[in-house]
Amino acid sequence: MIQQILFILVTIIAVWYAYKQYARIWKNIKLGKPVTLKGEKSQRWRNVFLVALGQKKMFKKWIPGLFHFFIYSAFLITQIELIEIFVDGIFGTHRPFASMLGGFYTFVISLIEILSVLAFVATLIFLARRNLLKVPRFQKPEMKGWPKLDGNIILYLELSLVIGIMMMNGADTVLQHMGAPHYHETGAFAVSSWLGPTLFGGLSEGSLVLIERAGWWIHFLVVLAFLNYLPISKHLHVFLAFPNTYFARLTPKGEIPNMDDVTQEVKIMLGLEEPDPNADMSELPEFGAKDVFDLTQVNLLNAYTCTECGRCTAACPANITGKKLSPRKIMMDVRDRMEEIGKNIEANNTTYIAEPKKAEGAVLSKDNYDDGKSLFDFISDEEIFACTTCNACVEACPVLINPLDIIIQMRRYKQLTLSEGPADWLPMFNAIENSGAVWQMNVERDAWKNDL
Amino acid sequence: MAELAAQGKSPEILFWVGCAGSYDARAIKVTKAFAKILNAANIDFAILGQEERCTGDPARRAGNEFLFQMSAMMNIETINQYKFKRIVTTCPHCYNTFKNEYPALGGDFKVIHHSEYLQELIADGKIRITDEGEIKGKKLTYHDSCYIGRGNDIYEAPREVLNALNNDIIEMKRCKSDGLCCGAGGAQMFKEDEPGNKRINTERAEEAIHTGAEVIAANCPFCITMLEDGIKEKDAQEKVTVLDLAEIIADRI
Repeated sequence: MIQQILFILVTIIAVWYAYKQYARIWKNIKLGKPVTLKGEKSQRWRNVFLVALGQKKMFKKWIPGLFHFFIYSAFLITQIELIEIFVDGIFGTHRPFASMLGGFYTFVISLIEILSVLAFVATLIFLARRNLLKVPRFQKPEMKGWPKLDGNIILYLELSLVIGIMMMNGADTVLQHMGAPHYHETGAFAVSSWLGPTLFGGLSEGSLVLIERAGWWIHFLVVLAFLNYLPISKHLHVFLAFPNTYFARLTPKGEIPNMDDVTQEVKIMLGLEEPDPNADMSELPEFGAKDVFDLTQVNLLNAYTCTECGRCTAACPANITGKKLSPRKIMMDVRDRMEEIGKNIEANNTTYIAEPKKAEGAVLSKDNYDDGKSLFDFISDEEIFACTTCNACVEACPVLINPLDIIIQMRRYKQLTLSEGPADWLPMFNAIENSGAVWQMNVERDAWKNDL
Repeated sequence: MAELAAQGKSPEILFWVGCAGSYDARAIKVTKAFAKILNAANIDFAILGQEERCTGDPARRAGNEFLFQMSAMMNIETINQYKFKRIVTTCPHCYNTFKNEYPALGGDFKVIHHSEYLQELIADGKIRITDEGEIKGKKLTYHDSCYIGRGNDIYEAPREVLNALNNDIIEMKRCKSDGLCCGAGGAQMFKEDEPGNKRINTERAEEAIHTGAEVIAANCPFCITMLEDGIKEKDAQEKVTVLDLAEIIADRI
């Protein structure tokens, strides 16, 4: 009875706290501009099934892809066991699904056990890849400090999940053999049927019950801890990969989206359209992205979905040749900036209300936010101008994140709003404007045909 | 094009030459080779000549959307005056802007990149590959340009063009969707690199040289410049030549 009360209490607190955290993420994504989706819905669902659920792009690097698949499938199927844990926790029952499902139950739990062992091995390999083998993409400057610890914490949590399962199932097996009350027959599970007797054989019934209960609680508490840890870690991709693949652009990667607000102005400039006489000219328009408010909600969802695997950075030609640009860092910076703004808005820190909008009782919101900082305090010009727009990062991302889209929007802000950027580009701009070619030439454009 | 229009004629193909193809000494060779192929295949084609302008690709990628759209709208106005079936271009950047970016500004044209067009000409038997030419028997490797490869998912057509030659073809380790950029895209062609420990074109040239190929086949004027610079830096110009698909085919017809 005490266990049941404790279970319900812990669950309510953890779920309530998690709800608050996920609501924060939802709000932060809403700091961005809404998007109108183009393209077929069926194609979007296809991406969800193939790329998120089916892990299609993970297998481009098949060794980590396979190990990741072990952890992923173990995570998915363990949810079945989790349902039973909830039933047991609330009603004080013990494995009620066993008698309901019979042999099928034994099969499912066995499958969970096998995948858990594979996941355990995969997790150890991942820990080694991060800490011993020093795989280059985990050693980049943006991975120092918290991101490194974060990656390891998640792996340790995964290990403890599996240890919990093995403790509870292993002790259960031995208790069943002893004919202990409450521990009814479930059939022999694939791993614990031999691991249990090997580890716990010969222990007293009291100790076994203690181990079984400890395993059960460890497993359950780690699940709750995980749920609450995800929103402050890089590991949100376990949920967000699904919406992220749904919202990913469907158009060819080479296309850079048109800026419709510029089209209007260019048409007026070229005399193709009359200017609107009622247009409000008091405020100079700003173009491109200076901060997360200017990015789209999909860009921001991308940032939360990023799990910092660094496949993008490992494929980036600029990064490969030692430049500062790292597509992964772009995503991490956008997320960190979003978190910073979200926290200030949540705390209603009114010192950050933009000067002209300051008024008695004004509440800090995305519409009046000004903390004197922007995305450019996180991402330098040196980074955004090193990009070759080659789309290698976009291609590499296993969950269809698009760092290039953010880089282009930031370049646009630099060029269009501030008129800043590499001086080398000015002759090219002038040449296009004045002579219609990327170079200023004093021969005719079709001179080549004269000596054909 | 204007001359033909004045005579009331409309050609089948508008050959979009592009800035590099018009002005860059190296790319002009590609332009001429491609014109030679079109003539050999008896294709009815025309160019815009003085009326052609930069598509605006580097301006848009540098972030200068105003300049891009200005250039794009002027081109769209010009092209809309004429009748033809398709635009063919030897530049992946021009191809990409026509295909993916002009429609949003009212420019709906059928466009095809010359790597696909060459494959079509070979498949339709309009050009015959002969067994003679300087490239005969040489080992080839193919460099995927970003805007034909990843940008538009065209990986097979250029390879089929090369397969028609019966030469040995060796792939680089990073090829197709994993192909490494030459370093020119995103308007990098027109500026110095940010600080780093290597140039991107050097990295790619090394990889290409490593295959042992004697010819690097490319499909983009900027890739050609970049790869040639990288090969010169490695002092390998005696061993490896960079050629456009059009030059390779022109050599064998």
